[in-house]
Amino acid sequence: MEFFSNLFGPTWPLVWTLAKIVAIVLPIMGCVAYLTLAERKVIGFMQVRLGPNRVTFFGIRWLGGLAQPIADALKLLTKEIIIPSGANKVLFLMAPVLSLMPALAAWAVIPFDPELVLANVDAGLLYVMAITSMGVYGVIIAGWASNSKYAFLGCLRSAAQIVSYEIAMGFALVGVLMMSHSLNLVEIVKQQQGGLGALSWNFIPLFPMFIVYLISGVAETNRAPFDVAEGESEIVAGFHVEYSGMAFAVFFLAEYANMILVSTLTAVMFLGGWLSPVPFLPDGFPWLVGKVGFVLFLFLWFRATFPRYRYDQIMRLGWKVFIPVTLVWLMVIGGWMQTPYWPWK
Amino acid sequence: MNRIREFFGTFLLFELLKGMAITGRHLFHRKITVQFPDEKTPQSPRFRGLHALRRYPNGEERCIACKLCEAVCPALAITIESEARADGTRRTTRYDIDLTKCIFCGFCEESCPVDSIVETRIFEYHGERRGDLVYTKEMLLAIGDRYEEQIAKDRADDAAYR
Repeated sequence: MEFFSNLFGPTWPLVWTLAKIVAIVLPIMGCVAYLTLAERKVIGFMQVRLGPNRVTFFGIRWLGGLAQPIADALKLLTKEIIIPSGANKVLFLMAPVLSLMPALAAWAVIPFDPELVLANVDAGLLYVMAITSMGVYGVIIAGWASNSKYAFLGCLRSAAQIVSYEIAMGFALVGVLMMSHSLNLVEIVKQQQGGLGALSWNFIPLFPMFIVYLISGVAETNRAPFDVAEGESEIVAGFHVEYSGMAFAVFFLAEYANMILVSTLTAVMFLGGWLSPVPFLPDGFPWLVGKVGFVLFLFLWFRATFPRYRYDQIMRLGWKVFIPVTLVWLMVIGGWMQTPYWPWK
Repeated sequence: MNRIREFFGTFLLFELLKGMAITGRHLFHRKITVQFPDEKTPQSPRFRGLHALRRYPNGEERCIACKLCEAVCPALAITIESEARADGTRRTTRYDIDLTKCIFCGFCEESCPVDSIVETRIFEYHGERRGDLVYTKEMLLAIGDRYEEQIAKDRADDAAYR
């Protein structure tokens, strides 16, 4: 460490920060790649199929399917990016980046461990909310810059959906704040350490919030059953109809990176982050991985199970069900916390 | 009362959980995928695949150029020209099947009075350029020669049900 800081001189803080960013972003990209494979495998298995099992490394039979994401990535990389005539070229190419950027930037405040966090800022939760709201700009700009009425209508649908569910999501997080009295994500996890293991995590007192947050997270990331933006069986696609090749692949990456991000936030905020579910086992990073994996599996399970919601049903669910439910539960726990019968202190 | 029960069934996500239980169970079911080039589905003796022209055991071709198959073919995929041979029998000089037109209905086989044109079990064939899938008389006879054993066995197996 000393050696490197001498080597780079005054640029060392910059280099060190970049190294830390790379150390977070690269594994996420790997996870994204293999999440696409996991999705196809899990959905395949739930449909009594095998899923992709042919592409393999060096012809090793039992690794069948493991090289599929790499083959897909190479395919998308070598494809042509078609820019529609009349499209705003700069915005058209900026939109995918704008939708991927927040999904990666939000990881700065995610605590992997009590010590392992890139930026242990006190307004961490606020930062996450602010950054993830930026993702909708990518959607709107993509739809607008495509110079196509279909892409534009698609982007309006997706944008309205994302913005609506952000409200329910925000209210669900207010419940978390009431539990932890802190916006710092490390503090939020530490507050869930109650000596009862899994029973003292936030998801029990905030169970309705947990469900609302989970479902809003699915809607936020435009995933099935709320994927009217893509809607492959009814319409071709939403805001990204005009995209091809790597520009499309970046949208794809953004969707999966967002899934991982939302799962991690769910794990941190409701499922006790790195905490162990049973008191006699040590806490640690593997628990976080396990919880994120579980929530991601739920995402895939939802997609394999539920038919797509109609657009007005999505809006009704967001505005008329989730927001009232979270508001009522805020009142309930608000009052309950003031009584002596509050077990999670 | 029913409406209240319905409301709670939906609101408390019971219905959705039931759906997830079904897909969750199927996650562990035995998979029905047939991994095609390695495994194959069983075929019926009546399978209608690539065509073949058969011969009699003495090597004489069966086809007598009656043109019934050409007449019955709904896709107009068969083209036949015929002439009298030196020994006075009528034989085809041209027997083409355009497999890009063929719908594999099996009418040609049904109409054939001498069991000459048949459809075999072969379905893994391809053409790489235009015209590759127009099969001529020589090609069809070659297929018949090559798979005669299987063709004869399939006809014999199916004969009991005809």
